[in-house]
Amino acid sequence: MLYREAGDYSTSYPEDSQTFPIKFDRYRYYAILAVAFLVIPFFVNDYWANAVLVPFLIYSIAAIGLNILTGYCGQVSLGTGGFMAVGAYACYKLMTAFPEISVMVHILLAGGVTAAVVTLFGLPSLRIKGFYLAVSTLAAQFFLVWMFNKVPWFYNYSMTGMIGSPERTVLGIVVTGPATDAWAKYMVCLIFVTFCAVLARNMTRGSVGRKWMAIRDMDIAAEIIGVNPLMAKLSAFAVSGFFIGIAGALFFSVYLGAIEVTEAFGIEKSFLVLFMVIIGGLGSIFGSFAGAAFLVLLPVLLKNLLVGGLGWPTDLAQHLYFIIAGGLIIIFLILEPHGLAQLWRVAKEKLRLWPFPH
Amino acid sequence: MPDQVLFAAEVMLNGLMAGVLYSLVALGFVLIFKASGIFNYAQGVMALFAALTLVGIMDGQVPFSHLINAIFGTNIHHFGWHTPALLAIILTVMVMVLFAWLVQKFIFRHLVNQEPIILFMATIGLAYFLEGVGDLMWGSDIKKLDVGIPKGINETIDSLTYNAFGYGFFIDNLDIFATFVAVILVAILVCFSQYTKQGRALRAVADDHQAALSVGISLSYIWILVWSIAGFVALVAGTIWGAKSGVQFSLSLIALKALPVLMLGGFTSIPGAIIGGLIIGVGEKLFEFLVGPWIGGATENWFAYVLALLFLVFRPQGLFGEKIIERV
Repeated sequence: MLYREAGDYSTSYPEDSQTFPIKFDRYRYYAILAVAFLVIPFFVNDYWANAVLVPFLIYSIAAIGLNILTGYCGQVSLGTGGFMAVGAYACYKLMTAFPEISVMVHILLAGGVTAAVVTLFGLPSLRIKGFYLAVSTLAAQFFLVWMFNKVPWFYNYSMTGMIGSPERTVLGIVVTGPATDAWAKYMVCLIFVTFCAVLARNMTRGSVGRKWMAIRDMDIAAEIIGVNPLMAKLSAFAVSGFFIGIAGALFFSVYLGAIEVTEAFGIEKSFLVLFMVIIGGLGSIFGSFAGAAFLVLLPVLLKNLLVGGLGWPTDLAQHLYFIIAGGLIIIFLILEPHGLAQLWRVAKEKLRLWPFPH
Repeated sequence: MPDQVLFAAEVMLNGLMAGVLYSLVALGFVLIFKASGIFNYAQGVMALFAALTLVGIMDGQVPFSHLINAIFGTNIHHFGWHTPALLAIILTVMVMVLFAWLVQKFIFRHLVNQEPIILFMATIGLAYFLEGVGDLMWGSDIKKLDVGIPKGINETIDSLTYNAFGYGFFIDNLDIFATFVAVILVAILVCFSQYTKQGRALRAVADDHQAALSVGISLSYIWILVWSIAGFVALVAGTIWGAKSGVQFSLSLIALKALPVLMLGGFTSIPGAIIGGLIIGVGEKLFEFLVGPWIGGATENWFAYVLALLFLVFRPQGLFGEKIIERV
């Protein structure tokens, strides 16, 4: 009743193959976009932007990237942190080398550079799979972080070994550096999230996405029906790298402003993004958002509830977060392997029939 | 002999000793993988948890004291007694057996017949969970572990090598002890799996689950058994590592090092785990010694993984593994 598709007829092919063929979905999507673009920027303050909204948006991009690789193409990667570092450092080098070009272009280019690097590390996937591949991405994680620490060219020979983003403007508005307003940070991330989500959504339901899913479900069968495994896998690595690189670039330039690579892009980051994908739902764009929202909000919530509300020490909240996150992973894998996205699908089914379920 | 060669030889010996610890962790992996096909990422955290529990019991810490203090506003930390090392070890083994039973009952029984990668991700979740529980139970500060293992430079080797080459090798007593323990542990495991009824059942399950089931071997019993043994191995590894550099979070990171060890040795081979560990230990120390200074040092962080990556490309089943890898 609430969620209805009855009477929703398509009269032309473009109408039938649009991103959201059901009217209710489409309007909901427009409404969310309108609120995100037109309402939130006027109300967002520093705390909300820095603690919740900006990390949520950035992790959503990273989660979409990993979801394409792991959820759609079935290649497990534990190198997300290292790949985000590639995006961050590429963005830094570009920002300092070509200050006259817009930072938005730099962020996109950083995505491109990361895509190339990730494809390189994806080459072993042509011979191996499963957790053998996971180990080769682990090699990427540790090697890349070590390289960014040890090769001074990457951090422009600065004494501290840290990189800091210089102040850059878009249309006269400061978007990077310490003087950035909360709403400007939020808007930049939102624009990239919208761009990435639309791109990912359309890629995954197009022929590329079908090839990825065919490889994921059974690679031999996919090869027999004419999917080129080489192209399918490498394109998944490249596209995933592009998104993860954008996330890394935003994480560095817009969100944190200054980073130290082992701290910001360590192995924990890889696991965090992987957890987002599992909890949110493997093979779902909506799931990437849900998982990112969940794991960004959970520590904030625990902290406010336990430290702010009950006056417990912070390390207790931290330990509880570990227990809850780990426990949830297990619970989701056992009860709902398709994550929050599947819960949403089930809810939609229920809403279609409500209030007459028979 | 030139100094450089002597230094390299000393580095190599120390690498061998470090490799023993990698082997111990890898051993736990192989046991579980052979018996149940689960790639247990939590092995390193199990070592951490076992070591934390051992220290906690020895010092008479109150479990969950921080949590209790936070909820009830009390201020308790210790029972005020000290448990002797042997009793504490026995109690810790019991805790690990209980843990094995819980893991089997609440997690992996519900994940039977899932894809290996799903099981792997479940163990990552388990690792996080266990890490949180360990910290919550015993506190997250770095603890000293002293169960009476000898430490410090071995004088005999020092003077022997000094007389022979004019340069005394620095070898830690603890490392020598660790090597002995590892040898004994492997010997016990081999005897157990070759000469006991349970061991035979274990090998049968490793060979073929369904055939083992059909001759009346209880799978869930074997799985609890094998997780308990892995817990015991984790306790040994955690104790030695903890005695060496304190019980702290970085202990769980040696689990990651065990992955390349297994790539090298093969996932299904116990001798492979031992030799793979030794190769990685020696390899990373030698590489750091010979090549490290040229490229900025701290290569130990990634050397093992890159070596494993190269191995994957040329010999995916490892040195001793069966050819189970699926080619694409």
